[in-house]
Amino acid sequence: MATPSLLLLLADGRFPAGAHAHSGGLEAAVAAGRVTDLASLEAFLAGRLATAGLVGAAFAAAAHRAAVAETADSANQARPGRRSDAPAETAARSGAPAGPAARSGALARLDAELDARTAAPALRAVSRRQGRALLRAGRTIWPDAPFADLPATPGGAHQPLVLGLLCAAAGLSRVETATIAAYGTLTGAASAGVRLLGLDPYQVQALLVGLADACDGTAADAARAADDPPERLPAAAAPLADIHAEIHATWEVRLFAS
Amino acid sequence: MRPDTVVPSAVPAVEPITPPPATPPHDETVPHTHPEPGVDPHPPLARAGRALRVGIGGPVGSGKTALVAALCRAFADELRLGVVTNDIYTTEDADFLRRAGVLDPARIRAVETGCCPHTAIRDDIGANLDAVDELAEAVGPLDLVLVESGGDNLTATFSRGLVDRQIFVVDVAGGDKVPRKGGPGVTAADLLVINKTDLAPMVGADLAVMDRDARARRGDLPTLFLSIVGDPTATSVADWIRHELAHHAALHPPVVPVGPA
Repeated sequence: MATPSLLLLLADGRFPAGAHAHSGGLEAAVAAGRVTDLASLEAFLAGRLATAGLVGAAFAAAAHRAAVAETADSANQARPGRRSDAPAETAARSGAPAGPAARSGALARLDAELDARTAAPALRAVSRRQGRALLRAGRTIWPDAPFADLPATPGGAHQPLVLGLLCAAAGLSRVETATIAAYGTLTGAASAGVRLLGLDPYQVQALLVGLADACDGTAADAARAADDPPERLPAAAAPLADIHAEIHATWEVRLFAS
Repeated sequence: MRPDTVVPSAVPAVEPITPPPATPPHDETVPHTHPEPGVDPHPPLARAGRALRVGIGGPVGSGKTALVAALCRAFADELRLGVVTNDIYTTEDADFLRRAGVLDPARIRAVETGCCPHTAIRDDIGANLDAVDELAEAVGPLDLVLVESGGDNLTATFSRGLVDRQIFVVDVAGGDKVPRKGGPGVTAADLLVINKTDLAPMVGADLAVMDRDARARRGDLPTLFLSIVGDPTATSVADWIRHELAHHAALHPPVVPVGPA
């Protein structure tokens, strides 16, 4: 069932999951005068990819691992033609505990671990808000996906967890899941840069092309990291981004939700 | 900050405007007893299954916020009301509504649109749907939710996944050619409001031309001329919404809780 089209569909900024309303911290960085042009936007994006991008992709990959663990055997036999472009995936499947109870337990641990990696309360709330938005889309599009196994955290589950389940429901691989997560952290902020700074959209796309290898590398690292237990997943962070997020949340007027 | 519990001050709890559905005839031929005569043992019925959601769109400065305020005034003692605004929303806007005594700020939710006001009401409506849900969680069930779009241009339109009905507001000061220009708001909104008619003589707008063009664009869909200066409760628009509410109540009957058999 996995097709390149489904990968593209889920990575598309037009997928209705609320991405257009989030700048990935760029609105606050622009207001602080730290991002003013293409060069500073590129530095911002590279930093975001290495921190929020890596962590989000690793947790999406780990949620994908939890989602496919239960059905791994039957799914593999039912879909012999299914691509497996994550070398570690087979091992992960066999190594992961099976069953819905194990899955909801794994997702709850991932949710708590991602909470611990998100120092700014504003960013925790934003991640849960984006998770709710993605879940709203996912429940309509893949009504049979095991979203009920997500932890019933107040505010909803973190976005990368929902993304992992959604990508598994779409039949995507773990690496594809991590790629969508990492790519989303780049394109959302890049698009916000066009809107906030009036940058040349062709040059911003060229900048994204320049970051494509780094994005793929981050996704591959994240997919590999998902073999580790939740407490060993990446914990890269940017204190300035946390401070910006907290300040942004106090603004009277915001154009972006984050 | 979202209060956990909210005591609506400006909008008191009021009796339903829609009469409760007729109960089946009480069969007195079957032997039965009333534990407490005169006391209904059943929990009160919920009202219409969910609030009617009405989108209010239109160009910048056409008077969307003023219309929202007028409707809040009109429905203050009549409906349980919530407002979701996609406009750039300042504490002054909230103060405006609060000072006017028309809406408790707890009944207003602002949605950030990331500079994409079209997208938030049409292509990617999740944040607005969340805001509608959060209002109901914070202040209890609602009869009517007004969803105000960000100030935009003539091409904006609401998704049917977000609102049940949409009102498009243009104003005479925007030029009397606006209805002729069309666009989905003018041609297809369930109600077109041509606002600020009191300014028509000052800006040289010909209301007859606007009326003729609106009819040509809209066929049988209604158009109302409005001056909130002259009618601070926007009576004609409020009456149109009352009519739509009655339809909505018929389509979304109250949810009757199903108990164990």
